[in-house]
Amino acid sequence: MENKIITLAIETSCDETACAVLENGRKILANEVYTQIEIHKTFGGVVPEVASRNHLEKIAESVDRALNQSGKKMSEIDHIAVTYGPGLVGALLVGLSYAKALAYTLEIPIVAVNHIEGHIAANYIAHQTLEPPFLCLIVSGGHTHLVKVNGYTEFEVIGRTRDDAAGEAFDKVSRTLGLGYPGGPIVDKLAKKGNPYAIDFPKAMMGHDTLDFSFSGLKSAVLNYLNKCRMKGDSIVVEDVCASFQHAVVETLKGKVLQAMEQTGCHKIVLAGGVAANSALRHALGSLETIDIYYPPLDLCTDNAAMIGCAGYYKFLKGDISGLDVNAVPNLKIGE
Amino acid sequence: MEMKIKSLDETKIYAFELAKRLKPGAVVCLEGDLGAGKTTFTQFLCEALGVSEYVTSPSFSIMNAYEGLVEGVKIPIYHFDVYRISDPDEMDEIGFDEFLFGSGISVIEWAGMIVDRLPDEAIWIELRLDEMGTRVLRETIKSERKSL
Repeated sequence: MENKIITLAIETSCDETACAVLENGRKILANEVYTQIEIHKTFGGVVPEVASRNHLEKIAESVDRALNQSGKKMSEIDHIAVTYGPGLVGALLVGLSYAKALAYTLEIPIVAVNHIEGHIAANYIAHQTLEPPFLCLIVSGGHTHLVKVNGYTEFEVIGRTRDDAAGEAFDKVSRTLGLGYPGGPIVDKLAKKGNPYAIDFPKAMMGHDTLDFSFSGLKSAVLNYLNKCRMKGDSIVVEDVCASFQHAVVETLKGKVLQAMEQTGCHKIVLAGGVAANSALRHALGSLETIDIYYPPLDLCTDNAAMIGCAGYYKFLKGDISGLDVNAVPNLKIGE
Repeated sequence: MEMKIKSLDETKIYAFELAKRLKPGAVVCLEGDLGAGKTTFTQFLCEALGVSEYVTSPSFSIMNAYEGLVEGVKIPIYHFDVYRISDPDEMDEIGFDEFLFGSGISVIEWAGMIVDRLPDEAIWIELRLDEMGTRVLRETIKSERKSL
């Protein structure tokens, strides 16, 4: 007879107030996401104070709704998984405090999960047979990492950004073009109507001795191009700017993935994070015959609690339980 | 004080000179549009202050903390990006004053959005591109700072 492990997961590191219930780590029974993006659109970015206040308003409702939808009772939950970093400290603390209170009351273990490791785990839900080892490219608004995933709870960072995250470059270019927040989806959409070779933006490859990324120079190049056009009175073809910028980002990411494959001999590539939803990135990597590629569906690319539950489940199996004194770590690094 | 910056090396030299003047508790405020060179300037400044890690953009987390080393003494370096702050009171959410009035050195990008929360002794660095596309760096203190 097999015992089913039920995980209740909570994620409040940035935009989303999210709660999920999972069975044996990889089967979603409920996945509630309340997004604040509509609120943030007015500000052109996530506003931290607004974020924590809204998390506070939504957290109890999200947990109740997830439980209802899953058909599980509080008493059936085996453990809680919750994001403790990286993220905005005020936002993280809302989810963490709620999770601690639940764990204490229900007398069940709490597992603190790294948000980035959660993004990787989203793929275990999307692809039920996927197993480590593999190479994972995590690209989002706050992170750009190349990680060698050696086991469900073993991570080795082999490359990362030295300045801006890839998604941040999308957000900042979008902001300058007046396209709004978040920048990824709108730039992707407009890029489809533009010429990726119209403007030759620099692809910072950082040389062959490193797997690190740099996107600050590309962002500056786009902004300087726009400034020059405005000063000279040249017209700006927004679609071409989007397509050329996106092309530069995708080529950079692709270049480093190929380099990492060569270096590690690993051909199983997994995409994670919000930018994994980018159609050009999926196409560029998906069309390479040498790559065995995996990426999550759209709703598991962006922040959600199911991915946190999955990552937490594997930590739980390993016996990696946190104390009730676990604190939020805004600058948490992967593998810590 | 205003000067034209013609190369990356000149930015680096300026940042290293500035670093020598910074004591624990110092606050460096950076202003300038996207792409003006705030991140690059901060990277050089942190390098001069003995930070060995990569200094990445704090846009997502609002603040990144590093460990610097000045004359053999470890000192915390706080790197803020307050662009996303819509009301200066929101800085309380991240415990801003505890960092600002502690023993570390703070570098704040988009500091113009929270002027009232910053000490009078703060050093203001404005970076911009002139009509010719040349980088211009201007250093002032709060009382001399022109409203941008």
